[in-house]
Amino acid sequence: MKYIPTIGIECHVQLSTKTKLFSEVDNDARGKEPNSCVSPVDYALPGMLPRLNGEAIKFAIRAGRAMNCEINASSRFDRKHYFYPDSPKGYQITQFYHPIIGEGYVELPDGKKIRIEHAHLEGDAGKLTHFDTYSLVDLNRVDTPLIEIVSMPDMHSAKDAHDYAKALWRLMCYAEVTNGDLYNGNMRFDVNVSLAEEGAAELGTRAEVKNLNSFKSVERAVEYEIKRQTKLLEKGEKIIQETRGWNDATGETTGQRSKEEAKDYRYMPEPDLPPINLSSEFIEEESKKLPLMPKDYKEKFTGKIADDTLEVLLDYPALMKKLAETKDVKRVSNWFASVLLAEEKSAEYLNDLPTAKQLDDLSEMTKKGELSSTGAKEVFLKFFDPEMGKRETKVIAKELNVIQENDLGELEKIVDEVLANPATKQAQEDFKNGQEKVIGFLVGQVMKASKGKANPSSAQEILRKKLA
Amino acid sequence: MRIASKEISAVSLVKEALGKAKKYEDKNIFVSLNEENALRKAKEIDEKIARGEKVGRLAGVPYALKDNFLSKEGMTTASSHILEPFESPIDSTTVKKLESEGAIMIGRTNLDSFAHGSSTENSYFGVTKNARSDERVAGGSSGGSAVAVALDIVEFATGTDTGGSIRQPASFNGVYGFKPTYGTISRYGVVAMASSTDCIGFFTKSTEDMDLLMEICSGQDENDLTTLPDYYLDSKIKPAKKVGIIKDFDNDKVDENIKNALKEKVEFLKKKGVEIVELNMPTLKYALAVYYIIVPAEVASNLSRYDGIRYGFRSSEAKDLDEIYSKTRNEGFMTENKRRIMIGNFVLSSGFYDAYYLKAEKARTKIIEEYENAFKQVDFIITPVSPNPAFKIGEKVNDPVSMYLEDVMSVPINLAGVPSLAIPAGKTKEGLSLGLQIVGPRRSDKALLKFANELKEESDA
Repeated sequence: MKYIPTIGIECHVQLSTKTKLFSEVDNDARGKEPNSCVSPVDYALPGMLPRLNGEAIKFAIRAGRAMNCEINASSRFDRKHYFYPDSPKGYQITQFYHPIIGEGYVELPDGKKIRIEHAHLEGDAGKLTHFDTYSLVDLNRVDTPLIEIVSMPDMHSAKDAHDYAKALWRLMCYAEVTNGDLYNGNMRFDVNVSLAEEGAAELGTRAEVKNLNSFKSVERAVEYEIKRQTKLLEKGEKIIQETRGWNDATGETTGQRSKEEAKDYRYMPEPDLPPINLSSEFIEEESKKLPLMPKDYKEKFTGKIADDTLEVLLDYPALMKKLAETKDVKRVSNWFASVLLAEEKSAEYLNDLPTAKQLDDLSEMTKKGELSSTGAKEVFLKFFDPEMGKRETKVIAKELNVIQENDLGELEKIVDEVLANPATKQAQEDFKNGQEKVIGFLVGQVMKASKGKANPSSAQEILRKKLA
Repeated sequence: MRIASKEISAVSLVKEALGKAKKYEDKNIFVSLNEENALRKAKEIDEKIARGEKVGRLAGVPYALKDNFLSKEGMTTASSHILEPFESPIDSTTVKKLESEGAIMIGRTNLDSFAHGSSTENSYFGVTKNARSDERVAGGSSGGSAVAVALDIVEFATGTDTGGSIRQPASFNGVYGFKPTYGTISRYGVVAMASSTDCIGFFTKSTEDMDLLMEICSGQDENDLTTLPDYYLDSKIKPAKKVGIIKDFDNDKVDENIKNALKEKVEFLKKKGVEIVELNMPTLKYALAVYYIIVPAEVASNLSRYDGIRYGFRSSEAKDLDEIYSKTRNEGFMTENKRRIMIGNFVLSSGFYDAYYLKAEKARTKIIEEYENAFKQVDFIITPVSPNPAFKIGEKVNDPVSMYLEDVMSVPINLAGVPSLAIPAGKTKEGLSLGLQIVGPRRSDKALLKFANELKEESDA
């Protein structure tokens, strides 16, 4: 019997707003002391009321537009209740009944369209660290704005799931709503997998694998679930509707709790926050601020850059943006792909890219032959030097002493000197007698005499003329 | 003002208030006194005046703070065990505004724990006795504040009114008690009961004092997104021509004394040339049921934060996380708190939400519409606050439903979000205070106080 897998994904995206969703405390807790980014509102003192961060609303509009979604003119918040020390209020403020982002879709590289059911704004929870006999609570992450993106069950393979997760990540990064740091949980995926017999009218019972934080783990978790569920079904057993955890080391999912004993969240409208009413003008205005998306760049650069280079660079919105500002995209894209990204510190470098002028000058100098490809690479890397990086390309090149000699008069003098040198007499004879290879030796001598600054092809050209 | 004119010093006023507070210790009005801070502040004000510096409109005026307002001075308990100990790092917006005008808090008053109740019998710190009788309840939940003003200990006191918690104790003790339009005064820093009906208000001895407090404390607050844009100061006031009475409230459950007090006021109004209109408001009979669905739901939600993790009480018996929650909350909350938490969680639970909460919300919309229609016909409505004067201590504690019925005439007003002022209306033969309430359309607060003032002056004359 053949089983068709069906997959739906819920994705939490941490928004990189300056302040938290419901208070004016710093939203960027990276490298900060535990519980240092916490206001009385986040801490849930008695009598505290949520405020609403307008920037998060703007981010949500951009995120929605990046996924071709409707933006709802009216939305509102609800309370989702549960007791756990990561939730100081005893409830999470979310949008259960009236989300801000409506239907849309995300396109995969193979052209498949995965429909978005909706996406909503909510506050994140805090973090617990468990020890033998106690646990510590860090509330820095409490009420960091999140959008939760809920897809329709439109995926049918592990590859679909992987591609969707990656496409979503790219969209959110390009929309500039998140730092997109997967390792640190900026985007987290919950994957719902079910199996049904081919041609069946209804979907099978689903299992949900929670808290995946890489595309690879999304793919592997789906693969594992398909295998696990197939085995059970083939044995005639039933799939239990449950939440499962992912173990990245073993590549397995394990049951956590079944839905029968699942919590009742007792949703109710959040009475402390009035509804969000957005005028169509406001939505329009914010939508216009959506930066170029991956597909826009693809359209722009296809044919001008090698396809595989483009695919690699598309993972870096900052590089795409920079590339679009430069003139010689072929040369610059090669430096990006084969020099910059090969560097150990590339992640750091991405935050402070050279200016378009620096890159244009570098392309120009290379094109003119003033820089060899090795010289150009050296200059390019110096752009990231904290001391020299901001200087003009030419200044850096001079500093590195890598500008090739292109003054033909000067070069001719050097060639004459080399030819006048008795040590080259034999080689000159040999060349004239038809030994082509010796030209290399002569060029080498010119390079040596010029201390490496001569342009080798010009040197060869002059040598040939003189020896003809 | 007496103080600014150096007729009397702030220190002596505060001392006098503290002395009276101690004299009436048996009434159990205060949860805690704020003696040291109050005297220090009074001294500062006297010094300012002596130096000829400008002082606020409430300079040196002693007041009592219902103990569910956060203030940096002393502990905030909400008359509960679960907040012990809790010292607030911030002041509520109301405290901040009052203090910036020089008012001096001399103590924190008793309430039904978390404002759940109509008698101040549900306090962890014991019952507050009525100003007129030691056998009778003060009313609630703001019982302590009402008695503090009624016994002239302070010039005014703060209160919160979620379903009558200012107006009922005001009428039980013969003082003015005002519940403004929802959203007129910021709720920031006030221990929440039910967010969609909670209102901050005051107890005073005159409508003029009430007006001044409204001028000072009303207004939009960026820390409370449900506050209305400022309107109080710029309110337009027209003389009231038509006043409504509610037929549906005229039944045999209402005490004769209260019926008579209402009749007298109505006669007085007629004499003044005000037209009296009998209103049919048939939806109001559902208000109590609606109230006891929506309010417990919000109560259960708002009380979730008291979990023993970050502040306040934590049960020493707790051995694991589940027990921190269950034992802390079981030991820390009063019976009435738990009753409302259970009702609230029940009506919100999956499968019941539509049948209870959602239906109640729809009925609430009808009630709001009924008030809107009523105020197309009349300028104000006058009704009793509660069906009876102050009842005996212990009389209703074992009968929660009859206790809830205390609120039948006050809760519709909270559901509709309209303003209402409890006014003194004489006494029974035994000397118990009687009260009535005047209800106005949304944002008619200033006009309502003006109307109440006319009502008093001329009827006394």
